[in-house]
Amino acid sequence: MKAIEVNNLTKRFANFTAVDHITFDVAEGEIFGFLGANGAGKTTAMRMLCGLSLPTSGEAMVAGLDLNTHAEKIKRRIGYMSQKFSLYEDLTVRENIRFYGGIYGLTNAEIKSRTAEVLANLNITNEANVLVKSLPLGWRQKLSFSVAILHQPKIVFLDEPTGGVDPITRREFWTMIYEAASKGTTIFVTTHYMDEAEYCHRVSIMVDGRIEALGTPKELKANFNAEGMSDVFLKLARKAKRGDD
Amino acid sequence: MRSLLILLEKEFRQVFRNSAILRMIFMMPAVQLLVMPLAADYEVKNVKIVVVDYDHSPYSRKLVNKITSTAYFTLVDYTDSYNKALTLVEKDQADLVLQIPSAFEKQIVREDKSTLFLAINAINGTKANLGSAYLRSIIADFNQEIRLDWVQFPRMNPQPVIAISSINWFNPLMNYRFFMVPGILVILVTLVGAFLSALNIVKEKEVGTIEQINVTPIRKYQFILGKLIPFWVLGLVILSIGLLLSRLVYGILPAGSFLTIYIYAAIYLLAVLGLGLLVSTFANTQQQAMLLSFFMMIVFILLGGLYTSIDSMPEWAQWFTKINPVAYFIEVMRMVVLKGSTLHDIRFHILATFGFAVILNGLAVWNYRKRS
Repeated sequence: MKAIEVNNLTKRFANFTAVDHITFDVAEGEIFGFLGANGAGKTTAMRMLCGLSLPTSGEAMVAGLDLNTHAEKIKRRIGYMSQKFSLYEDLTVRENIRFYGGIYGLTNAEIKSRTAEVLANLNITNEANVLVKSLPLGWRQKLSFSVAILHQPKIVFLDEPTGGVDPITRREFWTMIYEAASKGTTIFVTTHYMDEAEYCHRVSIMVDGRIEALGTPKELKANFNAEGMSDVFLKLARKAKRGDD
Repeated sequence: MRSLLILLEKEFRQVFRNSAILRMIFMMPAVQLLVMPLAADYEVKNVKIVVVDYDHSPYSRKLVNKITSTAYFTLVDYTDSYNKALTLVEKDQADLVLQIPSAFEKQIVREDKSTLFLAINAINGTKANLGSAYLRSIIADFNQEIRLDWVQFPRMNPQPVIAISSINWFNPLMNYRFFMVPGILVILVTLVGAFLSALNIVKEKEVGTIEQINVTPIRKYQFILGKLIPFWVLGLVILSIGLLLSRLVYGILPAGSFLTIYIYAAIYLLAVLGLGLLVSTFANTQQQAMLLSFFMMIVFILLGGLYTSIDSMPEWAQWFTKINPVAYFIEVMRMVVLKGSTLHDIRFHILATFGFAVILNGLAVWNYRKRS
């Protein structure tokens, strides 16, 4: 079974088509890179898949449920981490984990054991009762990711998760992503870092609301006769007519 | 249900960790209740008067003594130059000029009449009005006294005299604070309900955490309840602190029951929380929310009958007070605290306030839907 199946998904705002009939699928346990220049429609597409905004037309199955009819149910099966910082800065690490665990319906015992796990994995057991705002950015991003997969979702959506993070922490972050994927979690990630695109199993590149390329990094490089993913990206993105929005 | 509890746990943690909110909750009632009633007082005292005396007779001095022996007037200068007196008015050092003509005493004794001249600095209309009214009544009194000296009244007084005796109901000593303090309590509750709740909701938008909440299984109504319940509780807490302070500092004990006040306040808070929610659907940043609520609060308070009587407002303003929840609560507080009104007496207020709650919350939900 596929984790995500998208068929002609479209989103129109007034007379502007942000997402224009995109079709793709993502296998279970796959790390799927969703690339595109600013304004290409990535975020809009991702928001639709998370049930944050309704598609204008087209269908999508997310975690085995129809997006058009079961958007609320889908939310229980997915995790989400946005480029905007999503933890509460005025709560401690432990309180944040408890809050997000609680609203996904984990029992107190589950919350307790998973809190211990997360703290141990991130090696921040001593900082458990520290307010999140006093943690360094890299730690916060890793904590955000751990919180996003706390309820063991089938799919986790990551919207530019490593923006502004140093290269070492990015490396560690991707180790965490691989670990989650090896346990069967599907990873759907957007990024502007082309070295990160190379880490993905498969990559799609959006230009002006349409998916212009889709395949493994190796295939894409061969098809576009390019050295690295950034060459592929540049060749495609230069065709874009839309600017930032 | 558990989601809601988890949300409430988080909200209360955040509120009690926010020192600005805590300060506002405990300092605001203290400052407003201790300072405002002292300053917001309609009684006019210390009217500054200059007497220009061209007569220098025993009568003129008797009149001046009579004026300065009351607490209402302060004699700034006693002079014999009208121009000098006018200069004092221009420098705002005097409010009233009383000019006693030369031959004041002589005219009274010989011709049975004389004329005093009164010049009033009318920049502050209320002070000018009340000051001149006080002075007129003092002069009328003085007039009575000297008539006794010179006029022999016939045995049967040809002028019928009607004596007026009055009784002050509900606030026998006409203590201004009994009138102001219950009203100020309303402002406090309103600020917490509308202001803080709007700021709190908009904060989640501004920081971006609302995006995260939207992808979780939390339903919209759970999120909204999670936001409103803490401020509903805080509103009642602040009301309790305020009632306690007004008992301790001003000795105000409601003539009616506390239960009536709390039942009405509980419903009233639903309405102002709805207002806060409505503001939060319009504002994207805390700054916008603050400015919007500030504007509305000013209008609601000034047209709510706290400082000025609703009966003396122009008709359009009186109509506005009919859709102003603050005006209803101020009236209810005064009714219950001063008159001892019961739930039955305020049933129309309760009904109207409940109506506001339904309409404001309905508008908020409608506007929220429209925009998402």
